[in-house]
Amino acid sequence: MTTETARIRRLVARGKRFDKVFVILGLMSLMVGVLTLAVLLAGLVHDGAARLDWDFFTRFPSRRAGNAGILSAIVGSTLVMLITALTAIPLGVAAGVYLEEYARRNWLTEIIEINVNNLAGVPSIIYGLLALGLFVYALDFGQSILSAGLTLALLILPVIIVATREAIRAIPSSIREGACALGATRWQMVRDHIIPYSTGGILTGVIIGLARAIGETAPIITIGALTFIAFLPDPPLGAEFPFVSFEWLKSPFTVMPIQMFNWMSRPQAAFQVNAAAAGVVLVVMTLVMNGAAIWLRMRYRKRIKW
Amino acid sequence: MRMIDANTMGTPAVTSGAVPAPALKAEARALDFFYGEVQALRKIDLPVWENRVTALIGPSGCGKSTFLRCFNRMHDIGEGRNRYHGEIVFHPDGVDILHRSVDPIEVRMRIGMVFQKPNPFPKSIFENVAYGLRVRGERSRSAIADRVEAALRDASLWDEVGDRLHDMAFNLSGGQQQRLCIARALATSPELLLFDEPTSALDPNATANIEDLINRLKEKVSILIVTHNMQQAARVSDYTAFMYLGELVEFGDTNVVFTNPKKRQTEDYITGRFG
Repeated sequence: MTTETARIRRLVARGKRFDKVFVILGLMSLMVGVLTLAVLLAGLVHDGAARLDWDFFTRFPSRRAGNAGILSAIVGSTLVMLITALTAIPLGVAAGVYLEEYARRNWLTEIIEINVNNLAGVPSIIYGLLALGLFVYALDFGQSILSAGLTLALLILPVIIVATREAIRAIPSSIREGACALGATRWQMVRDHIIPYSTGGILTGVIIGLARAIGETAPIITIGALTFIAFLPDPPLGAEFPFVSFEWLKSPFTVMPIQMFNWMSRPQAAFQVNAAAAGVVLVVMTLVMNGAAIWLRMRYRKRIKW
Repeated sequence: MRMIDANTMGTPAVTSGAVPAPALKAEARALDFFYGEVQALRKIDLPVWENRVTALIGPSGCGKSTFLRCFNRMHDIGEGRNRYHGEIVFHPDGVDILHRSVDPIEVRMRIGMVFQKPNPFPKSIFENVAYGLRVRGERSRSAIADRVEAALRDASLWDEVGDRLHDMAFNLSGGQQQRLCIARALATSPELLLFDEPTSALDPNATANIEDLINRLKEKVSILIVTHNMQQAARVSDYTAFMYLGELVEFGDTNVVFTNPKKRQTEDYITGRFG
């Protein structure tokens, strides 16, 4: 071996030492996050496992911890999410499409864009205050499922707008030109191309937004969700004319994180078990939603690659 | 904002006389084009004859694609203050398709375009070809199916895809995708078809297919094609226009332009001395 070869090998070996150091540092940084979360989850499951049975899901809250369940909280969360999705998706997608496809680039749209991004960072309790004034009092929706759903819709609107715009921007300009060259109007282009091809990205944003909304507590407390609900809202379908009822929109309600918070603030140890069990359910709901988002993204990415 | 000055009509600069001239399909008259403040085209006069292939050649950046895109108002899409100055008169009605009273969409209803890179929609083969018809409000399923088949036959793609019309267009090869894009444009029976370097992303075999196709298509439609490949211009076109630095240097019968160019610049370019 010549001395030159030996010198170069020493040089390479020294350079590579830093690779090893960084790998170790990087892994440790990663573990701080992942392990903490894993331990937390394991702790929740360990504490709450005793209560995680069918009864827990089918019972109303009770003064006796052993009898208490999360039925009203799950139904409340589901209905609130339904309202949130039904209002936030059309509004968010329409706003995103408008900003990307119709709005002219000028200072006004610049300001709107900056503000949309800022809105995503506004503390959620501020949305709660706004909703208390607007939905609960001014529009007189009361402390209801409707108010809560609309509040959370406002909260996740920026997320959906941003996701919509990013999904639209991923569509190559050649596709727009192709549609244009065939004589398509802007609306035809949006309806036949822009929205169908960005559905995957939009859905991903929607689900991530909903996963955030389902865990929100502060704005819901602000508008006055109750913590002890021992009944379900009116069913939306009835046996008598007109068969559909919207009374449930006006119904008082509770949601998962509030139910959990309520149990946690009680002194009895038995309620702490309930809180842990409700926590597990809430985390699983969120993880399932995030999983769905990932699955959808993969599915659409496989179908449309530019 | 566009400015049209009807008084600056130029006269078509036809230097050829070899082939009996057919009817005019379109003509550019004293056409200037600006990207914002930058002038990309200067005083271009060019006739486009019916059922003939007219080729635009010239070095990169000479404005040939910019010129082509004036014909279907592609510059009107998107941002930027692009301005046309001058006219493109479309025959037989004699409409100035650059005039501000003319909606670009109306122009694109009559003038089709095939792009440099195949750009099928991420839909089925059938839906790709049917799209132009749907845009035009055609509802009848059988009429659409008939037009799709005819367009695919005209684009010599039917034999390859006729039995799998509902496959995704993305699964076709590059050459097939480009013929699909041609079929998509043909389905709407355009009066003029614009090709923007349609073979530059294709292999020699697929290129030969497209060139054959262009030769046959001119019976049905007038064709304006931009190509960076001079052999291709010589093979497919009846007329050739040589552009340089945003100006039309020479226009004439393809045989004449390639064998006996009148301008020095043209000769230098086609003999490969620059470009």
